[in-house]
Amino acid sequence: MTQAHGGYYVPHGSHWPIVGSVGLFTMLGGFAAFLNGASTIPMFIGLAIIIYMLFGWFGTVINESENGMYNDQVDKSFRWGMSWFIFSEVMFFAAFFGALYYAREFSVPWLGGEGAKGNANILWDNFSATWPLLQMPDMAKFDVPTAIIDAWQIPALNTLILLTSGVTVTWAHWGLKKNNRKQLISGLFVTVLLGVTFVGFQAYEYIHAYNDLNLKLSSGIYGSTFFMLTGFHGLHVTIGAIMLAVMLARSIKGHFTPEHHFAFEAASWYWHFVDVVWLGLFIFVYWL
Amino acid sequence: MSTATTHDAHHEHQPSGIMRWLTTTNHKDIGTLYLLFSLLMFFIGGAMAMIIRAELFQPGLQMVNPDFFNQMTTMHALVMIFGAVMPAFVGLANWLVPMMIGAPDMALPRMNNWSFWILPFAFLMLLATLFMPGGAPAGGWTLYPPLSLQTGMAFPFLIFAIHMMGMSSIMGAINVVVTIFNMRAPGMTFMKMPLFVWTWLITAYLLIATMPVLAGSVTMLLTDKFFNTSFFNAAGGGDPVMFQHIFWFFGHPEVYILILPAFGIVSQIIPTFARKPLFGYSSMVYATASIAFLSFIVWGHHMFTVGMPIKGELFYMYATMLIAVPTGVKVFNWVSTMWKGSMTFETPMLFAVAFVFLFTIGGFSGLMLAITPVDFQYQETYFVVAHFHYVLVTGAIFAIMAAVYYWIPKWTGNMYDEKLGKLHFWISCISVNVLFFPQHFLGLAGMPRRIPDYAVQFTEFNMISSIGGFVFGLSQLMFAYIVFKTIRGGAKATDQVWEGAHGLEWTLPSPPPYHSFTTAPEVK
Repeated sequence: MTQAHGGYYVPHGSHWPIVGSVGLFTMLGGFAAFLNGASTIPMFIGLAIIIYMLFGWFGTVINESENGMYNDQVDKSFRWGMSWFIFSEVMFFAAFFGALYYAREFSVPWLGGEGAKGNANILWDNFSATWPLLQMPDMAKFDVPTAIIDAWQIPALNTLILLTSGVTVTWAHWGLKKNNRKQLISGLFVTVLLGVTFVGFQAYEYIHAYNDLNLKLSSGIYGSTFFMLTGFHGLHVTIGAIMLAVMLARSIKGHFTPEHHFAFEAASWYWHFVDVVWLGLFIFVYWL
Repeated sequence: MSTATTHDAHHEHQPSGIMRWLTTTNHKDIGTLYLLFSLLMFFIGGAMAMIIRAELFQPGLQMVNPDFFNQMTTMHALVMIFGAVMPAFVGLANWLVPMMIGAPDMALPRMNNWSFWILPFAFLMLLATLFMPGGAPAGGWTLYPPLSLQTGMAFPFLIFAIHMMGMSSIMGAINVVVTIFNMRAPGMTFMKMPLFVWTWLITAYLLIATMPVLAGSVTMLLTDKFFNTSFFNAAGGGDPVMFQHIFWFFGHPEVYILILPAFGIVSQIIPTFARKPLFGYSSMVYATASIAFLSFIVWGHHMFTVGMPIKGELFYMYATMLIAVPTGVKVFNWVSTMWKGSMTFETPMLFAVAFVFLFTIGGFSGLMLAITPVDFQYQETYFVVAHFHYVLVTGAIFAIMAAVYYWIPKWTGNMYDEKLGKLHFWISCISVNVLFFPQHFLGLAGMPRRIPDYAVQFTEFNMISSIGGFVFGLSQLMFAYIVFKTIRGGAKATDQVWEGAHGLEWTLPSPPPYHSFTTAPEVK
């Protein structure tokens, strides 16, 4: 149902949000119940409802977009919306980077007896502050790692992969703008491939850390910050790759015009965002 | 469909009954939902407050066990902050921002629906914890570890309820920002926007910047509890104080999220009833922006007694005091607006003037708390409780009530009962001071907060405070009665409603058409 309000498309009632709320409630409530010892089934039912909602909601939006219901002003709303969403994601990562910074600059040195507040050595007097922290104050409670991941092996390769994918997605964008569909599709295809490769390498690295290095989420503050930061980043890369894969499928179906392709740009902005976060990770988690 | 037919013509496309409200994408419907939800939460959180005040009526333990008392203080805060005040402001933004800037609706109407409809589920989850083994969270709304990690089965539900509230807030805030950036009528430049719109724009920015940080911090609590991470565990190299830093990096901007829209409301109401334009419009805008900026660099003042290098304590003390400057600018601007105005005192104006006076008391006690050395005395006492209830009840809540009285004739097309409104104001205003003012003295004398029992010398002031509390609580039933009475009928309101009201929303009929401005108005 198109409704012209000075040209701005205001959709009529939609049942997708309430489906999403039910899904979210079921998934998170199910996860909480699972953490309390119940089964995982409600959680997965919730996840299925959310996936159903995403297909339905985005499907509706894509149809409306392809039918030309969105004028430039609607397009601009989407752009602003996506930009602020990415900003909120930046702040989400900032919380974990903040934790890393605090651990490295304050809590670990203080536990080692440094500074005016450094009297905590009373608690564990043999503890010496180092970073990466392989010997935590109370080793009996945690998994003590034997080593950490070397920055200049897989992580460096992953940096290269992600930076390259940033270039290929831009190349695809140029293709779209020139209406060169072949360049668009092949550029997107390579980008998705690089993204999947990145996630694969990351998974391999995790298996290596868990099995060979005994470096786990439960390996004290080093393991905690390492896995939370890289884990949430990996999740975001996965989401970004899924977004780009959808763009690839849509490109193959002939969607997008050189002027109108907000969805493509949103996905590529998101991709650049995970790229930049990775650079921060590479420098502060792996390298320094 | 042409623009001329927009009006009530598409009510027929609307599903009727409950489905209309579940699926609506209309900013007015969603605004109404937010406001009614907020009212419901106000009474649920209020009932918890009544239990707290009843227990504290006398020393000793009489009504509830201490753990349940702690559950009440924790849940009261969470329900009031995330369930009552924030949704009320989002509801007001939904109703008013599109009308004030000359837009047909919010920029992203489907997401608007979702941001609301996440909330009932989030609070269902949160309130359900009251009935779980181990009870609801009882470690205080700030969720400090290690105490909060001792919560029973309720713990993961608490965390995920907060995640859902955060998602709702972020989506709501994004919608407000995008609407203001992209949907203004031609000629509505930034410096012509009503102050309510300005303050909401800045609030939305604070929300988008800080809610994800809260999400991150509670996620770390979750993994500390269930996945053996050690963010807040010194045995693994972390630090419980780290949580407090991350939490208050969210928490301090949050208190401005709870008050900036109130500033905006009062800045709309006072000029109307003083029949003068707002004094110092642009300085109001800059003051709001300065407060927002400063709110990001003062979180340490919540942690003076936790242990911080002396340089940190001094920095946070002076930075906090600096906030008094832009806030003072605002208070003086409101007073100057009233100066030599032809003032009348209808209910919204009464609440707005009470806001200026009583919020300022809360501001001054805040300034006292900012002084590091004396904060060592005030920390964790009833002085703090008195302070933040002055800014939140006589500040945020009074402004919300002022807004409801001010705009409800526009929303419903009916005038509220002025006599009852004034009665509601006077009972509320007197009882709220009976309720909270003695708490200053209790705090200065050393009564700790979050304890169900107290030393006998605190009895009289506690009794006075509880009596004020019961009267204040009961008088809010009157507010609900007035609201529903106005929705059902009453004297018809004119389009302008108030003789001194200016702004685009007053050019629309009362009640306004389903879609506000189907053709953008020209703003000169």
